[in-house]
Amino acid sequence: MISLHNVSKSYQQHQSILQAVHLVSLNIDKGEIHGVIGASGAGKSTLLRLMNVLETPDEGTVMVNNQTLTTLSNRKLREARRSIGMIFQHFNLVANKTVFDNVAVPLELASYSKKAKVERVKECLEFVGLRDKAHQYPAQLSGGQKQRVAIARALANRPAVLLCDEPTSALDPQTTAGILDVLQTVNKELGVTIVIVSHEMDVVKSICDKVTVMESGEILKTVSIEPQAYVIPKNDPKWFLQQLTEKERNSNA
Amino acid sequence: MPEIILKYQAEIWQSIGETFVMVGISIIAALLIGLPIGTLLYLCRKGQLLENRALYSSLNVFVNIVRSFPFLLLVVFLIPFTRFIVGTAIGTMAATIPLSIMAIAYYSRLVEQALLEVPRGIIESAVSMGASVPEIIFKFLFLEARSGLILGLTTSTISFISYSTVMGIVGGGGVGDFAIRYGYQRFETELMIYMIIIMIFLVQTIQFTGTTIAKKLDKR
Ligand SMILES: Nc1ncnc2c1ncn2[C@@H]1O[C@H](COP(=O)(O)OP(=O)(O)O)[C@@H](O)[C@H]1O
Ligand SMILES: [Mg+2]
Repeated sequence: MISLHNVSKSYQQHQSILQAVHLVSLNIDKGEIHGVIGASGAGKSTLLRLMNVLETPDEGTVMVNNQTLTTLSNRKLREARRSIGMIFQHFNLVANKTVFDNVAVPLELASYSKKAKVERVKECLEFVGLRDKAHQYPAQLSGGQKQRVAIARALANRPAVLLCDEPTSALDPQTTAGILDVLQTVNKELGVTIVIVSHEMDVVKSICDKVTVMESGEILKTVSIEPQAYVIPKNDPKWFLQQLTEKERNSNA
Repeated sequence: MPEIILKYQAEIWQSIGETFVMVGISIIAALLIGLPIGTLLYLCRKGQLLENRALYSSLNVFVNIVRSFPFLLLVVFLIPFTRFIVGTAIGTMAATIPLSIMAIAYYSRLVEQALLEVPRGIIESAVSMGASVPEIIFKFLFLEARSGLILGLTTSTISFISYSTVMGIVGGGGVGDFAIRYGYQRFETELMIYMIIIMIFLVQTIQFTGTTIAKKLDKR
């Protein structure tokens, strides 16, 4: 479904040149949930942004959905991007649009008729469980709800691929579990191939079939894993208190 | 109604009309030309969608030069150009030309600043959805920056009113010119004060309207 071949990307930083991604080749199969993990600055986001050519590679080829994105004209590339959804750590919703209108944007870009658009937006909001929030503005929503809207928006055009850049890194563990659930449903029910970049091991372990570990712009290794349920840490005030006072007692001892 | 106002009623109305023409045409110029120039300034910056150093520098220099001119000198400097466009360098219509040039430079800078406030992530998500540059401008940038664009236009309008008060030197007329010619030069101090009150009222109304609309449209 996604195939990178000898892809490199460098940035000019002050006087020096920084190799953010160096000669990376990677294949991601249809229907997979593929994790990318690594330290901050390892090149994870850059690798993800190369997959929809948000960053143009210095060299190498990017293929998604049997199309070589790196050789497409601007116009064709824009069309190809419509079947590649993307969500971000900070959601990137349009603050001056309602939830409904945010989800409608990709449909307007794809020239849906008004009726088809309304229907599809409702469907997508239903899918993420936010139909009753349709007429609110993003500022009125919690972080988890914002990410659900972003997912609904990314799914509106029925993409084959969903790229996720740290989708849960701005969320607390409870909300993270909810979003991971939604992503899993997107994968299982809609058959969408998902790439998820994260620096959180728990996240990657919980839903990925395969995980690529990155280090300074290169792939260290790609491993297959058996996804295990995301364990929500306790969130009860008594437990917090217990943890805090235990520490104190230990240090006093 | 004070007697002095009744006495000069016709002239006062005429001067208000002249101010509205001068400021109105400046606003139209700001919107039709300043808004696109400001948008280009933003888009041609380093790291932005249409990054273009040559175009950015030219527009930037134009805006800076116009804005650094002492306004009266700009009016004088532009006389040949004004004569070429309007056919004469004297009168209210002639006065709209230097005012409009200033309006374009002034508002385009405020547009650039308003657009810079839009989070980069919004543009990024627009690109990832396959939006073209015009789509990004109209469906994302202007929408997200609309409060700033309106506040900028409010500030600009108030400056245009202030600039328009000196247009008497080319026979542009207007409230400010009337206050100076009748109130100051003919020692009708009371009349001058009334004209100042009219200006204050005008400015307050514009500021209030602009701030209210901007606040209402801001959902961030
Ligand atoms: N637009 C950019 N300009 C300059 N340097 C960049 C840019 N984007 C990323 N980098 C650099 O590339 C490296 C990899 O960044 P990134 O892919 O964001 O890492 P990660 O997502 O793993 O934290 C970092 O050192 C970062 O500073
Ligand atoms: Mg990152």
